[in-house]
Amino acid sequence: MDKRQKDPACSVAPIADGATVMIGGFGSSGIPLGLIDALLEHGATGLTVVSNNAGAGNTGIAKLLKAGKVAKVICSYPRTPGSIWFEKRYEAGEVELEVVPQGTLAERIRAAGAGLGGFFTPTGYGTQLAQGKETRLINGRGYVFEEPLHADFALLRAERGDRFGNLSYHATARNFNPVMAMAARHSVAEVRHLSDQPLDPEHVVTPGIFVNGIVEYGVRP
Amino acid sequence: MTLQAVKPLDDAQLAARVAQDIPDGAFVNLGIGKPTHVSVYVPEGREVIYHSENGILGVGPPPVPGTEDPELIDASKRLVTANPGASYFDHCDSFSMMRGGHIDIAVLGAYQVAENGDLANWATLDETFPPAVGGAMDLVAGVRRILVMMRHVNRDGSPKLLKRCTYPLTGLSVVSRVYTDLAVLDVTPDGFALVELAPGNNLDAVRSLTEAAILA
Repeated sequence: MDKRQKDPACSVAPIADGATVMIGGFGSSGIPLGLIDALLEHGATGLTVVSNNAGAGNTGIAKLLKAGKVAKVICSYPRTPGSIWFEKRYEAGEVELEVVPQGTLAERIRAAGAGLGGFFTPTGYGTQLAQGKETRLINGRGYVFEEPLHADFALLRAERGDRFGNLSYHATARNFNPVMAMAARHSVAEVRHLSDQPLDPEHVVTPGIFVNGIVEYGVRP
Repeated sequence: MTLQAVKPLDDAQLAARVAQDIPDGAFVNLGIGKPTHVSVYVPEGREVIYHSENGILGVGPPPVPGTEDPELIDASKRLVTANPGASYFDHCDSFSMMRGGHIDIAVLGAYQVAENGDLANWATLDETFPPAVGGAMDLVAGVRRILVMMRHVNRDGSPKLLKRCTYPLTGLSVVSRVYTDLAVLDVTPDGFALVELAPGNNLDAVRSLTEAAILA
């Protein structure tokens, strides 16, 4: 088994127009910048992007938004200092936005990866974000039903990886990457160090079964 | 509404006041913005473990220049360090800590708080402004004690402590206590109850800046 790929372009080559793509990262940390650049170069458009933020400045997801490749963003926090390209596209009505509470976003992604049909959460009960959703009282407390969130592809960033697709992370760059790896039909990871030797099983955070392709991209943002 | 002279705390004084109520041994989540400054003022000798939603328990002070790690940040996206005993984890574990009742205290900013404890801190009524909820709804759903830290009134002088919130809610009846630059108020079954006034203020003046009743 060897999941190593030649370059980021090979990793993103199967992504078609209209695909739903999960992109790891939180703020400036743990974003697969090399894979995003390759996706932009690849040219797929009409994308639905699932990520915590909607990019800032002119890098990462902001680059995809700037180039008009994104039809919809599903995220918890689109508005950050410097999220100019998201705001521009949103104001012009060129991008659809689905805001999901951050924990619900993570858990919907997990439900997809874990083969669940959804879950009841107290988060958002009685608020605008629960409108139109099934609710239930469980032991006297209100809960909202949330559905799994699947994706066609996941773009991940990790610190170390091996040919089996095993991944380990650095500090807070872990964030959504492990759970997104589970939820997409095809997950690819860029890693800072692609090891010739298998990772120590005790140090593996994302088991290789969830990862389809791995490529070395040494630059740390 | 007649404006009477009030003496508001500045941001540092307000953060210091909140910090007095963070006990030794607590697991605490500090919301983005002003609440992040509370940790600086927690009295010496108290060991408090700070949680940040992006996957760290044991957030430490900002790094010494030259030792910054761009992949070690907090929920406000500021560069931080990891204290001894810290741990890293993914988003599912992080939000299990929050939603699952494992965090003792969260300190949050707010647009509005109602006398029944309703909180509005994620969206305004301005449709052109994209809403951003982040982890706020998860925090109020699961953290045992929700402390709000905010100015007593808006910039235009309109009240933020209301009978009912007019902005979209973050959570229903979730706030335990409100710290403003003029007063500390508990949310009780009967409404806001005065804990203390900021030094140099009188209750009538503070009441005149508050839409909801203040029980004293």
